[in-house]
Amino acid sequence: MAQTQGAYYVPHGSHWPIFGSFGLLGTLSGAALWMDDFVVGKFIMAAGIALLIVMLIGWFHSVITESVGGKYNQQVDGSFRLGMIWFIFSEVMFFGAFFGALFYTRMFAIPWLGGAGDGASTNEFLWPAFTAMWPSNGPADIGGQFTTMSPWGIPLLNTLLLLSSGVTITIAHHALRTGHRARLLTFLALTILLGATFIGFQAYEYYEAYHHYNLTLGSGIYGSTFFLLTGFHGVHVTLGAIMLCVIWARCAKGHFSRDHHFGFEAVAWYWHFVDVVWLGLFVFVYVL
Amino acid sequence: MAAVNPAIQPDVHASHDHKPHGFLHRWLFTTNHKDIGTLYLIFSLTMFFIGGSFAMVIRAELFQPGMQLVQPEFFNEMTSMHGLIMIFGAIMPAFVGLANWMLPMMIGAPDMALPRLNNWSFWILPFAFLMLISTMFMPGGGPQGGWTMYPPLALEGGMNVAFAIFSVHMMGISSIMGAINIIATILNMRAPGVDLLRMPVFVWSWLITAFLLIAVMPVLAGAITMLLTDKYFGTSFFHAAGGGDPVMYQHIFWFFGHPEVYIMILPAFGIVSEIVPTFSRKPLFGYQAMVYALACIAFLSFIVWAHHMFTVGMPLGGNLFFMYGTMLIAIPTGVKIFNWVTTMWGGSLTFETPMLFACAFVILFSIGGFSGVSLALVPADFQYQDTFFVVAHFHYVLVTGAAFAIMGAVYYWLPKWSGHMYSEKWGKIHFWSSAISVNLLFFPQHFLGLAGMPRRIPDYNVAFADFNMLSSIGGFWFGATQLIFVGVIIHCVYFSKQRATERVWEGAKGLEWTLPSPAPYHSFTHPPVVTAGMLAHGDVSH
Amino acid sequence: MIASGVTRTRRAFAGLALLAGGALGSTAAFANPVPWQLNMPQGVSDISKRVYDLHMLGLYVCAGIGIVVFAVMFVAMFRFRKSRGAVAQTWAHNTRLEVVWTIIPILLLIMLAWPATRLLIDMNDVGESDLTVKVTGFQWRWRYDYVEYQKQDPGVHFISSLDTESNRVRQLGSGLDPNAVKDGDYSSYLLNVDNPLVVPVGVKIRFLITADDVIHSWWVPTLGWKQDAIPGFINDNWTKINTPGLYRGQCAELCGRDHAFMPIVVKAVPQAEFEQWLATHKSAAAATAAVGAAPDGQG
Ligand code: HEA
Ligand code: HEA
Ligand code: CUA
Ligand SMILES: [Cu+2]
Repeated sequence: MAQTQGAYYVPHGSHWPIFGSFGLLGTLSGAALWMDDFVVGKFIMAAGIALLIVMLIGWFHSVITESVGGKYNQQVDGSFRLGMIWFIFSEVMFFGAFFGALFYTRMFAIPWLGGAGDGASTNEFLWPAFTAMWPSNGPADIGGQFTTMSPWGIPLLNTLLLLSSGVTITIAHHALRTGHRARLLTFLALTILLGATFIGFQAYEYYEAYHHYNLTLGSGIYGSTFFLLTGFHGVHVTLGAIMLCVIWARCAKGHFSRDHHFGFEAVAWYWHFVDVVWLGLFVFVYVL
Repeated sequence: MAAVNPAIQPDVHASHDHKPHGFLHRWLFTTNHKDIGTLYLIFSLTMFFIGGSFAMVIRAELFQPGMQLVQPEFFNEMTSMHGLIMIFGAIMPAFVGLANWMLPMMIGAPDMALPRLNNWSFWILPFAFLMLISTMFMPGGGPQGGWTMYPPLALEGGMNVAFAIFSVHMMGISSIMGAINIIATILNMRAPGVDLLRMPVFVWSWLITAFLLIAVMPVLAGAITMLLTDKYFGTSFFHAAGGGDPVMYQHIFWFFGHPEVYIMILPAFGIVSEIVPTFSRKPLFGYQAMVYALACIAFLSFIVWAHHMFTVGMPLGGNLFFMYGTMLIAIPTGVKIFNWVTTMWGGSLTFETPMLFACAFVILFSIGGFSGVSLALVPADFQYQDTFFVVAHFHYVLVTGAAFAIMGAVYYWLPKWSGHMYSEKWGKIHFWSSAISVNLLFFPQHFLGLAGMPRRIPDYNVAFADFNMLSSIGGFWFGATQLIFVGVIIHCVYFSKQRATERVWEGAKGLEWTLPSPAPYHSFTHPPVVTAGMLAHGDVSH
Repeated sequence: MIASGVTRTRRAFAGLALLAGGALGSTAAFANPVPWQLNMPQGVSDISKRVYDLHMLGLYVCAGIGIVVFAVMFVAMFRFRKSRGAVAQTWAHNTRLEVVWTIIPILLLIMLAWPATRLLIDMNDVGESDLTVKVTGFQWRWRYDYVEYQKQDPGVHFISSLDTESNRVRQLGSGLDPNAVKDGDYSSYLLNVDNPLVVPVGVKIRFLITADDVIHSWWVPTLGWKQDAIPGFINDNWTKINTPGLYRGQCAELCGRDHAFMPIVVKAVPQAEFEQWLATHKSAAAATAAVGAAPDGQG
């Protein structure tokens, strides 16, 4: 992977990053203020998000213009690829933290509270009425009785949706590589549709959980792990779907050639990544 | 090439180097690895001074028994902010700054792989620290739960909790993006002939560090996100009543935290592996072993986290596993120490300031490592844990380890950056004053810890008075000495008359020394033709 | 209120001896921190002595390695100076050497790991205790419940907090002299409490350690260990004290504003005396606990 002769594109200064910093600052400090019950926080946060969106549009606009303008050679492409791979790896580790929390509570915390192993005196002196089980909202029954989602309803459906979206995006990719434009656009659109349906179902599931199952963020450790895992995953699917929309538009504009379409591939990788995370969720959160 | 430092005097000869005009363009919008490196380094120095002044407050309150200066809650705030600022604000950005400056030059690249992202990685940091430091002016003050932010205590904080957590999120984003950029640069931007196993050890150390960063910063983000939802959204991750466990936070935190401490030492190993051969005028002994040792330490760092938690009541098997894992790290680290000493053996040594810092590093870091091995012995750690013995341990590895390596690196590369030689005399004064005072500062803390003084306390029994007073005197002395450091840098950049040559140091090897001093604004616009002899000090023949 | 067994002269001597010899202190004299103390106390139980021995073994091994490595380095720094005309050699590899210095540290580490493992296993064995005390940390006091003594519930509970004198002196800007705070002869500033934990010597005591609000850590150096007090969970640990005396310690986990001000005092007395104490305090202590700032229940 050596450097191609003198041609690596080094952009000149850009004002988007600093824009993005102000956006991040606004979003996060606004959120913090809001969480501490300062109503202004809401507006600061909204302004921050707006800035971030402007930044993303502007930044990607520059990148896309440069890309279409032929400024990126193979080596620049290589940098982008590495960047995307390692970014996805960081996301994997982020989910790892929450999966870790799930495994830890199920394998250690709950059994100890129930008196297993080193937890004998914990159970005897502090929580004598508690027996370990899963799902659990803890010995103090935090959040009250709740019902869990059956994995074989919406979650199974969602699994099928995401899995088939993985297939459709692969078909789209093949179509791109073989130059079948119509097929490319159709299957990409189909992928977006499947993703959107997934999000819809997920939202419905949350509605059900809150209104009919009494399963909330406050439902002890089960609610905590359930909502943070599925919630962060849902956010990622949403982002992925937005990225797919952008890519669809770029395909429609003919930005990609058969062998020069890293933007497409990056989004496809990302989509596969949310797919795989979902499989983990389905198995460990819903089924087991 | 221009004789002035492009990084410091933007206007002179700007056209020559294709530097952007105007202050904003130059510093806010820059995509140039050297400018960004300079920004990182200046930022880091600023944070070192802020974090250091908090340490001065700590040392002043601990100067003698009795409460003289601050309320206990403010003391806790000082301790927490000192830890957070030094780690995330001073040490880490300093290493990233050095990486920015040096990596492209060392591997024969024009710039970093993703220059715009590089700008953002830096420009998130000032905003993150603005947010963190602003908490100190909020009702209830800043974070008071230690840099480790253990729940449930950390959740008792007021407004600062959300702000502090979000600011750490921003630092994480910055580190991850910086690390991605570094990996992409190293893997994708090497000039032909700079094979992986011919890269300078500093480059290797950063490749591995970047991997660690990407692997663990997101985990920290996860841990503090759970803190946030526990406080504000009613989740029960860390509440036993809801089926969670406060200790779970510690597991997730230290899964990040232990690799984090190696993030702060591996680049230092890289730096020392550059400096020692240069001033020994002899190739680095056991280049490949050095690289494998780095990788080995990085791997082991993922399976030792719970050595910070021996007293939380883990099952016996857990304690044993983490004890053995931790002790293993002494082996690859020992290989590094022995290799540096052997590099010096049979060399032709001179002791300019960078070499002095490197030699002090080898000795004082080892002392910190030795107390680390003692800490790893679980039954002994039952005594040491959360005492000043631990404080002594980690300041030896962090101050006389990481910070000394950074100072050595600055002296080593400053002529290359600025085009001028610094004052060797004042450099040496800075070194000797630092080396003596830092030992007065931290060595007595071993005794305090062993005698029974817990850490994170503003006041103590009179039995601990004498060593605390010595330590404080050492602290003020060490702190004041750092003003010399700043003086030497400013003098070198703006006032020094002595020109630096290309190679700067007689024994220096590596591509960065083939560029003029100061280095041109864009490093290698055309990839250099590399011959084996040009490359760094490695035993690269096999 | 509480008499200390350590006299002033002995303490001064102890300090000097420690300064000179480091390791050579006699146990009783150094039960509690003394000025210029350099080393860990040997403590008053078999376990604490073994902990001390392990610590010393670690110290010797590390010091040994340090001396060898630094000596070689100093010789190199002296012999191979350019100013002494040294010419750089070019070798950079020696497999045999590298193998040797990988193996020697491994052996030394095994030498450390072996006693550490055995000691840890013994420390882990909390079974067959005669006395069980439940220790609950809360901001910023300790609550002690005698749960079981010789298979019976003695029904003694009380709360132990910083002594009033230290508390007065430690207020910011009080201007009072910490050196003046004494418990008998011992300068007990911040290391004294109103109600010490009274336990018998020669008896295996099991501690059940937990907390009510945030994490604390129960630490008496002379017993050889500390144990974190985690809210909602119970950790256990044990000791068997050999020598009667007053053993002082502190909370060792940052627990908020007054973390520095929640000391621990263990008063170890002969078994007969302990039983007497238990009997007289049964009713009185129970009453105190009921009225005092009892922590919230566990829900
Ligand atoms: C740069 C940072 C850095 C580095 C490099 C290290 C290195 C090591 N650390 Fe340290 N550590 C910290 C930073 C660091 N640490 C911090 C910040 C904390 C406290 C966090 C907090 O609580 O706030 C901490 C705490 C800490 C603890 C927890 C203490 C406690 O709270 O109870 C432990 C326990 O095992 C430990 C062990 C080690 C070990 C075994 C090493 C090893 O890597 C050391 C290896 C090096 C050597 C051993 C020397 C050279 C080797 C030889 C010459 C070969 C021969 C040697 C032998 C055979 C012994 N460290
Ligand atoms: C990462 C690197 C790092 C660095 C470089 C330092 C540097 C220093 N630290 Fe650090 N320290 C930590 C990381 C670091 N520390 C961490 C992680 C903790 C744990 C926090 C926790 O418990 O949560 C800690 C905790 C800690 C404690 C324990 C606090 C407690 O338990 O309550 C103490 C006490 O002495 C201390 C002292 C110092 C001193 C004196 C320096 C000196 O080296 C600083 C020198 C620098 C300066 C002084 C600034 C420059 C000079 C000026 C501003 C000029 C003016 C000064 C004078 C004229 C005197 N530190
Ligand atoms: Cu309780 Cu510290
Ligand atoms: Cu560690």
